[in-house]
Amino acid sequence: MKKSLISIRDFTKEEILHILETAKEFEQNPVQDFLTGKVIASLFFEPSTRTRLSFETAVNRLGARVIGFSDASNTSQSKGETLKDTIKMVNNYVDMIIMRHPLEGSSRYASEVADVPVVNAGDGANQHPSQTLLDLYSILQTQGTLDGLTINMVGDLKYGRTTHSLLQAMSHFKTKFVFTAPEELKMPKEYKEFLDSKGIEYIETASLEEHLNSCDILYMTRVQQERFTDPIEYERVKDCYSLNAQMLANVKDNMKILHPLPRVNEISQDVDETPYAYYFKQAENGLYVRMAIISYLLGHRPLR
Amino acid sequence: MSQKELKVSALENGTVLDHIPAENVYKALEILDLKDIESQITIGINLVSKQHGKKGIIKIADKFFEDDELNKLSLIAPDATVNVIKDFKVVEKKKLEIPREIRGIGRCMNPKCVTNHQPIETRFSTAKKGDEISLLCHFCEKTTDSKGLF
Repeated sequence: MKKSLISIRDFTKEEILHILETAKEFEQNPVQDFLTGKVIASLFFEPSTRTRLSFETAVNRLGARVIGFSDASNTSQSKGETLKDTIKMVNNYVDMIIMRHPLEGSSRYASEVADVPVVNAGDGANQHPSQTLLDLYSILQTQGTLDGLTINMVGDLKYGRTTHSLLQAMSHFKTKFVFTAPEELKMPKEYKEFLDSKGIEYIETASLEEHLNSCDILYMTRVQQERFTDPIEYERVKDCYSLNAQMLANVKDNMKILHPLPRVNEISQDVDETPYAYYFKQAENGLYVRMAIISYLLGHRPLR
Repeated sequence: MSQKELKVSALENGTVLDHIPAENVYKALEILDLKDIESQITIGINLVSKQHGKKGIIKIADKFFEDDELNKLSLIAPDATVNVIKDFKVVEKKKLEIPREIRGIGRCMNPKCVTNHQPIETRFSTAKKGDEISLLCHFCEKTTDSKGLF
């Protein structure tokens, strides 16, 4: 049966661990071209260079070829074609569709229209599951486990989909959360209720310093201008947190800083040289995780 | 004929939907898709109800519904009662149940949801929290409450 990856909730704990294990295999041996002869569509209805290059590199490393577009403005969508028709058309040509779209739920819909597996590379503020899996991979890689960790999420916890998906995924493990956010960007109620229903502990604070020294993972996020409907609200909160090297004097030795990138002012450049910075390696990990996702969905690394 | 009978004429065969909140009668007609049917429909709005102050009632002659169709009304008329009439007699009386999934009625509250921009049938799974029914959008994974649905 066809399997797609639209939301991190589509994967069981077992599948998540399997993807992480497969990603490790690809990190050790990144040249495995067992998808030679396959064609994979990369449909980016809104631009996202970082995600697109990572996915397309993963496809190429596996030996498959890529067709697609990086911007919807020169496609038939601009002529008024429905999403359904675009997907139906592309579906005839390819073995898999990787898509990014500004509308929330568009990837779920595409996966129901298409006969081939669909990978969601971001649907508006909703889900971006490959990002979540690479976050998990980076956490596992730096901590040696996913169980019993304290994760401090910082910044835009209201609109930041990466934090929401990571929270859902980490709920499989015995995680403690700290949510560091200004009043305007606090973690939405529905996610806190979700944690309550799972019996998972969390603390909320507006101070970055308060729980900095007790966490294992500091998950920083950018305040994304494009998610705000009110420009005044954005101006008020855009530079609410800024992490610099001096602030890290008393953090735990194993602490690592993750960030989905691009960063703006929330992590200053001097942090890059500290042993705690992990965000560039985290981005690299995206390649191995995406290779694992593509292989798994095409039946090449089945769950045993 | 008594006064009571004059207000709403008796039905030989058909369905009577009673205890609909007065303000939701039009929505109920829409949800049941009754605009184009041929048979006689009697509608009462702002009738006096002991339980609810003002209520609405819809009588549809020669029409019988599947439970699935009727249960869609639970979102706007949770206390409605359904009377099935055959040969001037009430042969069945039932309450509405909240369906686990609702398709094709209402709108997702999320302005960025794909269903608000493409010709896609909406689809929600329901959850009851106290008196409120919340609806989780199958596509964008956002929650809409039943008041925001229309």
